[in-house]
Amino acid sequence: MASQFLSNATVSSPFSSSRPRLSPFVFSRLPSKPLPKRVFIVRSKIREIFMPALSSTMTEGKIVSWIKSEGDKLSKGESVVVVESDKADMDVETFYDGILAAIVVGEGETAPVGAPIGILAETEEDIAEAKARAGSKSAAAAAIAPSPAPPTSNPAPPISQLKPAPAPAVPVAEGPRKTVATPYAKKLAKQHKVDIASLVGTGPFGRISPADVEAAAGITPSKTNVEPVVVAQPTAPPKAAAAASAPSSLPPPVPGSTVVPFTTMQAAVSKNMVDSLSVPTFRVGYPVTTDALDALYEKVKPKGVTMTALLAKAAAMALVQHPVVNASCKDGKSFTYNSNINIAVAVAINGGLITPVLQDADKLDLYLLSQKWKELVEKARAKQLQPQEYNSGTFTLSNLGMFGVDRFDAILPPGQGAIMAVGASKPTVVADADGFFTVRNKMLVNVTADHRIVYGADLAAFLQTFSKIVENPETLTL
Amino acid sequence: MHSTLSLSFSQSAAAVIPRSSLASVDSPAFAQSKPINLRFCGLRREAFGFSSLNKSCSQRICLPAKGHGRKVFASAADNGSAPKSFDYDLIIIGAGVGGHGAALHAVEKGLKTAIIEGDVVGGTCVNRGCVPSKALLAVSGRMRELQSEHHMKALGLQVSAAGYDRQGVADHANNLASKIRTNLTNSMKALGVDILTGVGTILGPQKVKYGKVGLPEKIVTAKDIIIATGSVPFVPKGIEVDGKTVITSDHALKLEFVPDWIAIVGSGYIGLEFSDVYTALGSEVTFIEALDQLMPGFDPEIGKLAQRVLINPRKIDYHTGVFASKITPARDGKPVTIELIDAKTKEHKDTLEVDAALIATGRAPFTNGLGLENINVVTQRGFVPVDERMRVIDANGNLVPHLYCIGDANGKMMLAHAASAQGISVVEQVTGRDHVLNHLSIPAACFTHPEISMVGLTEPQAREKAEKEGFEVSVAKTSFKANTKALAENEGEGLAKLIYRPDNGEILGVHIFGLHAADLIHEASNAIALGTRIQDIKFAVHAHPTLSEVLDELFKSAKVRAHKSTPVSEPVAV
Repeated sequence: MASQFLSNATVSSPFSSSRPRLSPFVFSRLPSKPLPKRVFIVRSKIREIFMPALSSTMTEGKIVSWIKSEGDKLSKGESVVVVESDKADMDVETFYDGILAAIVVGEGETAPVGAPIGILAETEEDIAEAKARAGSKSAAAAAIAPSPAPPTSNPAPPISQLKPAPAPAVPVAEGPRKTVATPYAKKLAKQHKVDIASLVGTGPFGRISPADVEAAAGITPSKTNVEPVVVAQPTAPPKAAAAASAPSSLPPPVPGSTVVPFTTMQAAVSKNMVDSLSVPTFRVGYPVTTDALDALYEKVKPKGVTMTALLAKAAAMALVQHPVVNASCKDGKSFTYNSNINIAVAVAINGGLITPVLQDADKLDLYLLSQKWKELVEKARAKQLQPQEYNSGTFTLSNLGMFGVDRFDAILPPGQGAIMAVGASKPTVVADADGFFTVRNKMLVNVTADHRIVYGADLAAFLQTFSKIVENPETLTL
Repeated sequence: MHSTLSLSFSQSAAAVIPRSSLASVDSPAFAQSKPINLRFCGLRREAFGFSSLNKSCSQRICLPAKGHGRKVFASAADNGSAPKSFDYDLIIIGAGVGGHGAALHAVEKGLKTAIIEGDVVGGTCVNRGCVPSKALLAVSGRMRELQSEHHMKALGLQVSAAGYDRQGVADHANNLASKIRTNLTNSMKALGVDILTGVGTILGPQKVKYGKVGLPEKIVTAKDIIIATGSVPFVPKGIEVDGKTVITSDHALKLEFVPDWIAIVGSGYIGLEFSDVYTALGSEVTFIEALDQLMPGFDPEIGKLAQRVLINPRKIDYHTGVFASKITPARDGKPVTIELIDAKTKEHKDTLEVDAALIATGRAPFTNGLGLENINVVTQRGFVPVDERMRVIDANGNLVPHLYCIGDANGKMMLAHAASAQGISVVEQVTGRDHVLNHLSIPAACFTHPEISMVGLTEPQAREKAEKEGFEVSVAKTSFKANTKALAENEGEGLAKLIYRPDNGEILGVHIFGLHAADLIHEASNAIALGTRIQDIKFAVHAHPTLSEVLDELFKSAKVRAHKSTPVSEPVAV
């Protein structure tokens, strides 16, 4: 994409000056699809400035400095910005007269080749509009950040919870520890705009490894890892190796079947599900009466509160009293008590599954929580969730009640201690202590937990608390 | 990796390094009050400043070049107490590359020569330095190529995943070292150099004792003595080397394990080369550099480009302007911990936790127990003080007759080939031909992928000198991108830089970063050594297409005002 932009570029001899100058800038009319130049000379008032490709191997560039600042008038041929590529620092010149209306990518930041880094307005009247576009551009830039692909293509979104099976070799030391990330992990995090502080390290000594960052960014691990070749032991039975390598046990495909490869999100789900097999889980169910909750829901519904928010809040409040259910087991040797209660809620989306996280659900009030949830769902739909917004959960809530499912069984996501599966609330005939029959709305709640850290009694006690909260939901609104 | 001299000591104190268990002399620790920087500039100023060529040592006996008697007689006038007849013409203490070079040249000059070695023949370079490290770098270069999908695809090659067997790589390095060691030993034996085993100690003028633990010591005399005891890895105070997780280059070359994450303290040649090896083998690397920029000592422009190619795209991060004040090896299930303090304020800055740490903070001279006190010589931070002819200077500033010191032990230029050149220069002098080595003509190389090489001054050094002496400096540059052979290899990344005087065409320095830079530098270093000017060398013909055309183009792009000089150009060094 960039090369075609550069077809009319004239690169001077690379060593004629300390910093070679490159002209012209890469421009395009909004929207970002490249159009014939003639067209935008006539019509365009606002131009995007794209990150130029300064070398054939350049995939992203770093803004060393903006020579011009916002509001400066530019005339054709002037140097505007210094870009550092994988090869060199280059002054980049403008190709048009105009006003630098907005800087989208600031100094020291990196942007993939072809991404907008600034907005050029033709006249002063256009500046306001250009600025508005810049605002949306920076949001868009953040969204496309995980992939260097241009915005017109369909970038692989950072979707779905993707936590590698926690298996650090050594127990994480007690007490608060600072984040330790390896050099490559830091590099990747920067490249993919992953907040390294939000990650949970699974490498040796609990450090954040490149795999953790890749998982958080939703990309498949790079294959460049060099593994020492394990020299086969002469005693190793060759048959075993053959059996392991040959997938002959799979039945032949039924004629007429079609094979559709997983999307990135589906692959992530698949990996997580397989990883979950290494965790010994058990399930405890509990019937919860929801009449009071339903009544409350009717009351707060006009204020934008959703049932998801109510359930998340209830679960969070119960978790406060049962921290072990909010804990996780990272290495099979210790409890990791999480300081925050972050409720991940499973959301079905375009043939995939993602778990946006309501962070600090115990601390936020119901209304804020609902508002937050609305934002998360919108972001998920637009594939704009940041990694920490879908991978920081400490407890997961899955609700299939709206489909009429009365009970189901959830799989515990790796890295968490428990997941709650909520069924539909249905009128049920119940006998009270005095032998009177009444009809109450009951819903079945089924919690799956990691038995290495959460025991039956823990879960029962937690469910009891949860049930009490739901049956007396006034506390939820406090 | 002896050619990987130390560039910066990142710590403010040095340790006592006993020369061997036999050397029980308790010399005080050589203390350093502030970080020292063994950059070329300091050394080279000295080399440039050689002043008088008049023979100040009139007591030196001019020997017939060949076929003189087995016993040599010294003039009694200046050395009353010294023996009148000697066992040898020349004794060299230390059989490293410097001692070996001197011994071979001495034999050629007809001297009866002995070499004393307390450890293994070959010294640091062959056993724990340049030689085994080149074996590892050969592996890392290939791994890098095979892993570079982009590069392979561009050549139309398809390779399935590259892997390596650590023990196989380690064996390759070890085998190479023992092979070179055997070659070295045989070459000396074949020429009739006596190899005396044991630790050598100077007893007095022209007298050396040597011996092994438990065996009677022998005393030998020689007309001239060369100290060539070399150096050992320098480990700053506060760093605990356990040889497993906190290591020096000595251990790293054995490649006993490849850590997932290794911190390299010091980003000079040694550190840089090991970062190349470790990243190629899959490790992640964190550099810790005391100075404000990585790769101090390199020409800044070359350093910047090298950082762009050798550091930034690799799995490497770095901390600059910090000292590693304390390094604790991994134990009790805890990783290696490194305390970082600010180089200037000494305040605690950070604590790193890594799988291993390599101490590459330079090398310390190996001169304790050499018996220097017997001849009233005081070392400076362990280095034996010498003049520009490698003659040892005593505590009163006088020359010690018949005693020379070459190589890392004198600290002038800690490179294997510099030691050898110094040894040859000394032999020239003791056989009657005055000779001063021009250290500015000695090339240096760092064998990363691609390689870095240099000779002469860096641009800032040249500009400083120009300012002082009042001449003009120009710089010419060529890129490997324009070179056919480099492009054929798909290795167009690289830069050659020439620093010269436009008024007379003198080459002040050449710096190359690119494919086979280490091999390319010699055209420039030879030109400096022979005093060839640019206006002359630009007419030399280079085969096409070869990488050497990079230098051809470099010389041709220089703008010299002087005309082609007379056929006989005066050499810079005599």
